[in-house]
Amino acid sequence: MKCFATTDKEHRAYCLSGHPTLPCNVLKFKSTTIMLDCGLDMTSTLNFLPLPLVQSPRLSSLPGWSLKDGNAFLDKELKECSGHVFVDSVPEFCLPETELIDLSTVDVILISNYHCMMALPYITEHTGFTGTVYATEPTVQIGRLLMEELVNFIERVPKAQSASLWKNKDIQRLLPSPLKDAVEVSTWRRCYTMQEVNSALSKIQLVGYSQKIELFGAVQVTPLSSGYALGSSNWIIQSHYEKVSYVSGSSLLTTHPQPMDQASLKNSDVLILTGLTQIPTANPDGMVGEFCSNLALTVRNGGNVLVPCYPSGVIYDLLECLYQYIDSAGLSSIPFYFISPVANSSLEFSQIFAEWLCHNKQTKVYLPEPPFPHAELIQTNKLKHYPSIHGDFSNDFRQPCVVFTGHPSLRFGDVVHFMELWGKSSLNTVIFTEPDFSYLEALAPYQPLAMKCIYCPIDTRLNFIQVSKLLKEVQPLHVVCPEQYTQPPPAQSHRMDLMVDCQPPAMSYRRAEVLALPFKRRYEKIEIMPELADSLVPMEIKPGISLATVSAVLHTKDNKHVLQPPPRPAQPTGGKKRKRASDDIPDCKVLKPLLSGSIPVDQFVQTLEKHGFSDIKVEDTAKGHIVLLQEAETLIQIEEDSTHIICDDDEVLRVRLRDLVLKFLQKF
Amino acid sequence: MDPECARLLPALCAVLADPRQPVADDTCLEKLLDWFKAVTDAGSSLLLLQENPCLVELLFHVRKPQDLSSRILSFALRLAGTFAAQEDCFQYLQQGELLPGLFGEQGPLGAAAWVAPTVRSGWIQGLRSLAQHPSALLFLADSGAVDTIFSLQGDPSLFVASAAGQLLVHILDLAMRGPAEGRGPAEGRGRLQARDWPACARRIVCHLEDCLCSEAAPRVTQALHVLTTAFGHCHGLWTQGLWVQLSPLVARLLEKDPVPAPHALVELLLSVARSSVLSSDPGLWETVAQTLSHLSPMQAGPLAAGILKLQDCPQALRIQAFGVLLRPLACVLEAAAQAPGTPGLLEGAAGDQMAVDTLPPSKSVCVGLLCSTLAHLELLQPLPQRPSPWPQAPLLAAAVTILRFCNGSAAPSSELGGHLCAMLVGCVRVQRAALDFLGVLSQGLGPRELVTQVFAVLLEYLVSPDSSPTVLKKAFQATLRWLLGSAVPPSCCDLEPHAQLVLRELLAVLQKRLCSPCWEVRDSGLEFLTQMTRHWGGQATFRQALLASEVPKLASQLLQDPESYVRASAVAAAGQLSSRGLHAAPSSPEHPAGPQTPLEELLLVLTTDSEGFPRRAAMRVFTEWLRDGHVAVAEDRERFVARVLQAASGDLDWEVRVQGLELALVFLQQLLGACGPGAAPPCALAQALRALCRVQLFEFAFRSLFDCDRPVAQKSCDLLLFLRAKAAPSGSPQEAGESPDVAPVEAALRRWRAGEQGQPLGELAPEAILAVLRSLDLEALRDTLAESSDHVERSPQSLLQDMLATVGVLGDNEADCY
Repeated sequence: MKCFATTDKEHRAYCLSGHPTLPCNVLKFKSTTIMLDCGLDMTSTLNFLPLPLVQSPRLSSLPGWSLKDGNAFLDKELKECSGHVFVDSVPEFCLPETELIDLSTVDVILISNYHCMMALPYITEHTGFTGTVYATEPTVQIGRLLMEELVNFIERVPKAQSASLWKNKDIQRLLPSPLKDAVEVSTWRRCYTMQEVNSALSKIQLVGYSQKIELFGAVQVTPLSSGYALGSSNWIIQSHYEKVSYVSGSSLLTTHPQPMDQASLKNSDVLILTGLTQIPTANPDGMVGEFCSNLALTVRNGGNVLVPCYPSGVIYDLLECLYQYIDSAGLSSIPFYFISPVANSSLEFSQIFAEWLCHNKQTKVYLPEPPFPHAELIQTNKLKHYPSIHGDFSNDFRQPCVVFTGHPSLRFGDVVHFMELWGKSSLNTVIFTEPDFSYLEALAPYQPLAMKCIYCPIDTRLNFIQVSKLLKEVQPLHVVCPEQYTQPPPAQSHRMDLMVDCQPPAMSYRRAEVLALPFKRRYEKIEIMPELADSLVPMEIKPGISLATVSAVLHTKDNKHVLQPPPRPAQPTGGKKRKRASDDIPDCKVLKPLLSGSIPVDQFVQTLEKHGFSDIKVEDTAKGHIVLLQEAETLIQIEEDSTHIICDDDEVLRVRLRDLVLKFLQKF
Repeated sequence: MDPECARLLPALCAVLADPRQPVADDTCLEKLLDWFKAVTDAGSSLLLLQENPCLVELLFHVRKPQDLSSRILSFALRLAGTFAAQEDCFQYLQQGELLPGLFGEQGPLGAAAWVAPTVRSGWIQGLRSLAQHPSALLFLADSGAVDTIFSLQGDPSLFVASAAGQLLVHILDLAMRGPAEGRGPAEGRGRLQARDWPACARRIVCHLEDCLCSEAAPRVTQALHVLTTAFGHCHGLWTQGLWVQLSPLVARLLEKDPVPAPHALVELLLSVARSSVLSSDPGLWETVAQTLSHLSPMQAGPLAAGILKLQDCPQALRIQAFGVLLRPLACVLEAAAQAPGTPGLLEGAAGDQMAVDTLPPSKSVCVGLLCSTLAHLELLQPLPQRPSPWPQAPLLAAAVTILRFCNGSAAPSSELGGHLCAMLVGCVRVQRAALDFLGVLSQGLGPRELVTQVFAVLLEYLVSPDSSPTVLKKAFQATLRWLLGSAVPPSCCDLEPHAQLVLRELLAVLQKRLCSPCWEVRDSGLEFLTQMTRHWGGQATFRQALLASEVPKLASQLLQDPESYVRASAVAAAGQLSSRGLHAAPSSPEHPAGPQTPLEELLLVLTTDSEGFPRRAAMRVFTEWLRDGHVAVAEDRERFVARVLQAASGDLDWEVRVQGLELALVFLQQLLGACGPGAAPPCALAQALRALCRVQLFEFAFRSLFDCDRPVAQKSCDLLLFLRAKAAPSGSPQEAGESPDVAPVEAALRRWRAGEQGQPLGELAPEAILAVLRSLDLEALRDTLAESSDHVERSPQSLLQDMLATVGVLGDNEADCY
């Protein structure tokens, strides 16, 4: 048997990241502290000079930057290139907020997709974190590849120089934009090491979709397919009476991952909405078309195409589109190169995670065929992959060609080499497909640039129309989202369609903000032991409603509450007492019966008169009546839910009056 | 009726009356009814029944309660109606009490079969055929059929309900026509007073009056539908009286809020307004004006558009109707205005409140309103009676604004504008409607700055990766129309300077679109290129811009596209580019051994492409080249024709073969056309015949005479008839000599006719050709071919045999069972 008790505690969300698609939030829910994602904002790297793989005379001869008054004390740290100023140092990343909440108190970290775990080593290795991280297997494996690639890109080009002078607040004020406006520069950190990555990943526990994970008996968390990437998840965080949905990086488009599970998001008290498309005005289908057209045009004219990209994700879909397109466009003889330290693993991993793929691709596995057609591209030598430009690649390299390589920020990785190599010819084209970085800022240190630049951001995450439909479908009581989603983009302030539109309006948060979630813990579930339940004798108060009093001991352990039978009263046998387990439980007083019903004032007055009270006055009050016994100088205050007898230290009178009152009430 | 049919009829009737026999399919029954209709139209129904008693027996038989299929019952009802349409036959059937048994209460009306909609429909159609004479009116009144028809107006089957309404109109017309036509001149033919109407008509009108006054919207709708049909199809003067009687009730509908059955009301008013008899009623225009102001913009739009299409109606009403039609667009302009009070489409009428009232808050309704408004205006624009002055500039501005709302490039400052933007952004339906409308507006041009905006917005759509393939196609079409409209002066084919600037951007877009992974986009791009080249291929600016771009090369590469539609469009584009000397320099490094000239390229398509569309396109191009004297053709015309005909004659696609014959006809006309009409001079004819023999045209043409595809044979017939007309008449000096040996040709023709296609014709002498041509009865062949392919199978005898044959199969099966 189950019953509930009321409780009254607030739930809070701590926002540690200002980037809506690289979220890091902490949710205090019931007695648990749950971190939702730990995305790493890498846009900070755009302020740094690129790390060339081979010595670049152009980059190494850039002039140092000096203040307007000619003071050149920063010229070692800051270099000038085509009117922009860059930090000449190892690139640094903007970490999630670490001061807002003591991160050692975080119990668990839930990861929604591999792009949203890049800050994990910073959290797990440097904050005293001792909890568990939950993520799906593809998320962990591909996340590891992304981290490995990042570490590799940065470590293989060691740069002795580390710049810190410019971060001084007084100096930063004097710098030109965007350095002047960069936020939280003091918290920017260098990239982690592979050792830290391994240590962080060792704390991850693998989960599968719809698997229910109990946290301390109080909360249950469940990952759901989000349709965005291999193994990407949304999370349900729920107790018996509260449900929070965490929607991060979801997609309704038919690409390679399993489709999004929307139904399980229904009936949420709060839906935390993050990771929407970064380019809401660009339709991914149109962008893929644009990508193919520009690629074909360039190659037909004898130019090369450079596609800065991550080693996993959209690249699988792009390769699939190209697989279908190259023959029709007459590009069969053009080589496609995929260069990344993890290229091989990425291409192979994608083929083995069959259970995480969309239905079409899953069925291929049973044929048996590789789910992704890039296997065929590799077999037919149309697609070749290399760990770096060194080694085999330089022997096989043939132009014109198409190169997929990282990093999309153009600040490190093999892409830097190709930018330097191909940037001078207008025959070549760089096509930006990853939406995470402003392409103009990414290109800034390569100016002047002759090669053509095409911006085809392919972001398959939910757009605002889809969000609107989703919210209508799942109908959460409250929506919580980053503040960027609650107003149209600044550049298109009239586009009211480019914001989350729901009723009641969404609650917004920003970096370093704490938000009280708009629902309170009201009930707790309590179990009643069967023997105790047997002893209850319910009385019907109204038709269909029965009540029973229960005298029991509330036993609470691991956030589970159980009502146990009360200890038996002590036996009045004088002999030896045997110590029993129930003796540990403190003795309870004999409980008084509960009262119900109302007191009819007229009859009560008559009864008083019968019992010899005279000179009785009755006054009506807002909440009930006051019966005034003038002679006895006593007041009886009768209200809907209470009755007070106020007399001067005359206990006998009070007891007499009390018994008269009780005659009118039911007891049980 | 021919004797063979008369012989088969009793057996057929027995089959139809037998519930155990399989019911012939509906098409057979329909054909049978058509045949009986034709027979009774041509002669006496009474005689038919007397000569074929089996028919009456069949009708008597279906009256009996039994397990007949509803289709047979429905058929019998319609058949009876067909026979009873003639009054003497009606009387004959009445004598046997047959008609009450079929159409009265003791018929299917009261039986279980009535639940089948097909029986109710047959009952109505039978009465519809029957109601042709005064006796029928009496019968309808006595049998209580009119009440049943009233109730069938609300039938759950829409077909039955609609037929019931139409039958009421027919009965009304029959009832009213009689007395009106019967009146002498002195009484004043025409309008009768209501009290003089026949009882049957009065009942129907009373029913309509009741319906119009009803609170139930479906009943109002029924009455309005009946009246719409009556005024649309009946042109007797009695309709005037009916309108006078009922128009106050119609006008009273406008007093209700909301107006019941608004769409039906609009249909009725338009039907009355179009009627020459009724449109003189001044009260009508008043009701229309009130309706325009009472209905919502969505409901009033079709009425306004209908009024504006009328040849004759009061000017004030036209102005009001145009205002109603323009209001949604005026609101769009108002919503987009940066500052209040910007001149709009409707002077003094626009305003925020009007906009809020006009544009519905729901997205789907708003989109529907804008699409229908744009469609109405698009239809109105080319009409001579369109409103004048036509507000070309504001309409252009409105179309551009809508397109900007749809692609999100509009930046409205008002709240309404923001709301409209959110509703329209990315809406493909509105984009298509607005682009169509914009294209139509190209006929009127407009102020220079607006034209600049038009081209700018069209370019935005052409460039945008978000434009759907259908939107892109419309954008290409509208762009082409505006470019055509921009030629200055109208007779000149040169582009105006502004359009020349646009051209460069267009070619850049086209370049990209031809590389699109979406085949529809590549196809639309090629079609656009073909059209542009057709119009401006001779114009220097265009030529320079095109040759400086990658477009010709890309177009040529698309001849190898995996999608056959795209290859077909690429063939058309290659043909057009080559005609204008704009084709890409041949030979790609990838295919050094590939075809070198456009002619070779297209011949390769014709001979090797696996799909029909590209081969057909190639044939069209070749025909055009031959007609226009393309330089590659002119070099050696005979060789060109011979190669093309050889390829076309063996093609499996009949359209390619027809095109081949079309090309042969053009060649023939070029050889003999210069000789003027009538017969060609003997020497010219002889020369031509020799040329035709060299290109092996006759083998192709004679074979095609027996082609299994009729259009090929017809085309070949036309070709040979043309040639024979050009040949000298018989008895000419050429024939006086030794008669040529035509036996081998005739033998080959006989074999071809028999279906043996393998036999070649061999070398032919021109004389033999002429002799064969004259010996062939080409006219008879042409007439036979002109008959539809199933003319033999369509005969009634064949129909009856088919129906009986179906039963015969059943009989065999039964025998097998035993």
